[in-house]
Amino acid sequence: MSGFFVVVLLLLLFIIVVQIAKASEYVAILKGEKKTQEQNNRLHATLMLVFLIAGLIGLYICHELLKDKLLPVAASVQGVAIDHMMTVTLVITGIVFFITQILLFVFAYKYRGREGHQASYYHENSRIEFFWTAIPALTMTILVAIGLKHWFSITSAAPPNAMVVEVTGKQFNWIFRYPGKDGVLGKRDYRLIDEGKFNPLGQVWSDPYNHDDVVSSELHLVVGRPVKLEIGSRDVIHDVGLPYFRLKMDAVPGVPTTLWFTPKYTTAEMAKMTGDPNFVYKLVCDQLCGAGHYSMVANIVVETQQEFDQWLASQKSQYELAKEGGAIPSDTTKMAMLPVKAQPSVVSAK
Amino acid sequence: MSSEVYTGQAQRAAVAAVAVHDGDGHAHHHHQSFITKYIFSQDHKVISKQFLITGMIWAIIGGFFSVIFRLQLGFPDKSFPFLETIFGHWAAGGHISPELYYQLVTMHGTIMIFFVLTAGLSGTFSNFLIPLQLGARDMASPFLNMLSYWFFFAASIIMLISLFLKTGPSEAGWTAYPPLSALHEASEGSKTGMDLWLISMAVFVVSQLLAGLNYISTILNMRTKGMSMTRMPLTIWALFFTAVLGVLSFPVLLSGFILLLFDRNLGTSFYLSDIYIAGHALPNQGGSPILYEHLFWFLGHPEVYIVMLPGMGITSELLATHSRKPIFGYLAMVGSLFAIASLSFLVWAHHMFVSGMNPFLGAFFVLFTLLIAVPSSVKVFNWLATLWKGNIQYTVPALFAIGFVSLFISGGLTGIWLGNSALDLHLHDTYFVIAHFHLVMGIAAFFGMFAGVYHWFPKMFGRFMNNTLGYIHFWVTFIGAYLMFWPMHYEGLAGMPRRYYEYSADALAIYHRFQGLNEFISVVAIIVFAVQLMFVFNFFYSIFKGRPVKDPNPWKANTLEWTTPIHVGHGNWPGEIPEVHRWAYDYSKNGIDFIPQTVPVSPAEEEVGETVKTPQ
Repeated sequence: MSGFFVVVLLLLLFIIVVQIAKASEYVAILKGEKKTQEQNNRLHATLMLVFLIAGLIGLYICHELLKDKLLPVAASVQGVAIDHMMTVTLVITGIVFFITQILLFVFAYKYRGREGHQASYYHENSRIEFFWTAIPALTMTILVAIGLKHWFSITSAAPPNAMVVEVTGKQFNWIFRYPGKDGVLGKRDYRLIDEGKFNPLGQVWSDPYNHDDVVSSELHLVVGRPVKLEIGSRDVIHDVGLPYFRLKMDAVPGVPTTLWFTPKYTTAEMAKMTGDPNFVYKLVCDQLCGAGHYSMVANIVVETQQEFDQWLASQKSQYELAKEGGAIPSDTTKMAMLPVKAQPSVVSAK
Repeated sequence: MSSEVYTGQAQRAAVAAVAVHDGDGHAHHHHQSFITKYIFSQDHKVISKQFLITGMIWAIIGGFFSVIFRLQLGFPDKSFPFLETIFGHWAAGGHISPELYYQLVTMHGTIMIFFVLTAGLSGTFSNFLIPLQLGARDMASPFLNMLSYWFFFAASIIMLISLFLKTGPSEAGWTAYPPLSALHEASEGSKTGMDLWLISMAVFVVSQLLAGLNYISTILNMRTKGMSMTRMPLTIWALFFTAVLGVLSFPVLLSGFILLLFDRNLGTSFYLSDIYIAGHALPNQGGSPILYEHLFWFLGHPEVYIVMLPGMGITSELLATHSRKPIFGYLAMVGSLFAIASLSFLVWAHHMFVSGMNPFLGAFFVLFTLLIAVPSSVKVFNWLATLWKGNIQYTVPALFAIGFVSLFISGGLTGIWLGNSALDLHLHDTYFVIAHFHLVMGIAAFFGMFAGVYHWFPKMFGRFMNNTLGYIHFWVTFIGAYLMFWPMHYEGLAGMPRRYYEYSADALAIYHRFQGLNEFISVVAIIVFAVQLMFVFNFFYSIFKGRPVKDPNPWKANTLEWTTPIHVGHGNWPGEIPEVHRWAYDYSKNGIDFIPQTVPVSPAEEEVGETVKTPQ
């Protein structure tokens, strides 16, 4: 019922506005076109100035209201660089923003049409045009240089001491795989994927490198140690979004991608810094992947090397789980008959 | 100049053709049936109105969809029973389902970008202005022109049908990335809805190509005597580059879509490899979804400028006319349009920095993307310099043109953030992107369109739109645009992902803090949408009841369209086509308020802004 009243009220409001608009049109005709235009010039030129001032105050209020809702300090070495670059870009674009917007609205006010005034027939000035082409060109060159410096350093090869974690996206969750003690991820074949047989990633069980690989739904990282994510997808394109680390990379079926970075703070340190005892790093999907896209979130734990080693040691390898579940016959001699290539498909950076 | 001679010849040929067509005079021309006059019309002015009104209907649908999904984002816990009335089981209990949410998002993007801001914007103004401002009786091929509208109409019908499918329309986003768009199992919308989406878009591309080729040939060949390229109004230059962009890039999109149709229905593997979905492994091997991304964005980025350039042209024209001052830096304006159009072909992969594309390749796209800021800032400075020392007449079109500049600055500057690949690593696919492109190519392009509609409405229908409603329309939309999209930058900086059905899950606790803001944005969106409905009312009401135009040149403009009678017939000029003697921007020259292009240059007068002299 209240919905009905709202609709009636809106219709009434609409009719009133239209009637006023119609009446003011008649008034304008009575007053004469020139006088009406003169009045409109005054009114809207003033409104332009009011908009500028109110807008600038609005920007300040908006910033005051929202600045505390931004992300905490960047949690990766690369993220710190990106944040720094963002500040530089903010300053440069901010200066341009304020200069051009203020000029626009001040001109809009100052040069409003006035009776007896005429515009200046001024339409060329090659010197000033040269300057306002050259200055943006120069500024852009600086921004490109800064940007590419960071871009190449972030996308360079991962350092040799990086640990490797495989990230696989699927509708609608993430699967992480750790290479285990041998430091090598075993071979996979997507045709062997079988959730019912404890093989969500299609690991080739006859490949011995697979035997100690640990599969988890949580991403564990070591603070201060570079990590190289080897990213893939089982079905459609997903994206490994890491807002706290200021990074992301698509997960594309059939096209492996990588991303490496160095976490700076453990989860516990971050909890202390943000004052939120329940703080958890998140990995969010940033590429539309279907109806469950919005629910494709995983937890990330950043811990010390010791904690990580303890955690990894406490995990059963997927091979063991599959074996316990009866998905793999315990007689390994049978497996030797399966066609296996000697080398693992993915070699760790070690 | 040889081009001058050629233009003259072409024009005489056109005049002769019309003379033959007209029989013994113009008066007999209107013996047409209702169908040939208003439906299968070959008159560019009628076709332009057809594009405009079809575009407006789509804009209402597209805008309404955004209101529905904003209700979900702003009020995820509230139930709206009317949604169940409209959408049935897709909105059981008054909550839209995730599928419906993604379908609405997808259709909002597709409709707004292609059907409204491409067909509705450049379709309307290219058709209306090219012959009228160049001094031609019609397009080079009126028949192809008619076909281009009817292909668009067919595309519209196919897209409309897809809204009523049992499995719903496409939900793969307006970019329709495979494998999500390629596999029936990937989502409800990837079933029949996706096929119809692709077919509709393919038909749409045909429409755009027919239209674009026609615009280009008309501009190159059908200019009246004296209308050298460097005397063309900037609207025509902008529409010219728009057409060139469309002709060069839409075919690539078409190829991408056809390969996708093959992957969907014929078992090919252009985009598919190593996929396990819905409990089974697919046989497809060796394809790459990144190939699709390249094909898509090769159009997708020029498309942004297809949407933007007409607005830039209209703004340039209207700022000059309504501030009674010549446009500043005419040649720089043409040059910057050319630079933007050329560079737009070299930046497509800035949408793909995080796609897994080779990072070395990405470096070139950073460079070219940031280079676009140079011609863009030249345009902004020239617009500012046009206002400087002007005598601005605050009509409704003038307001929208000034609003365009403000929005273009605000949205354009964040392009410098997103185009720098290292920053894109953080900002890609967050609300920052939404804020950026809605300001710069969504609302700004709409402002160009509104400015054009208010300005040329008297020429289209012989009546004015209601001014007071126009002023309300401007101020509410302008303020609303900033209220909606400015705070979204903060959400984006906080890494809030776009295209999320809801943020209320515990796992997304960090985004709960934006719930109040989301609610605020939704409320503003509803108000702004309501005001657009008021504009639509004003438009249709004024066609029949608006204040009649008495002066054939109500804005005191210099361009040729205002030399036609108030009610323009087929063929545009009752007598001979006027000859052009000067550029379009002689405002306030030597103390004269305006000097139309048809006025000869007096011997004492110095002709400026003109390199090619016409023999007198």
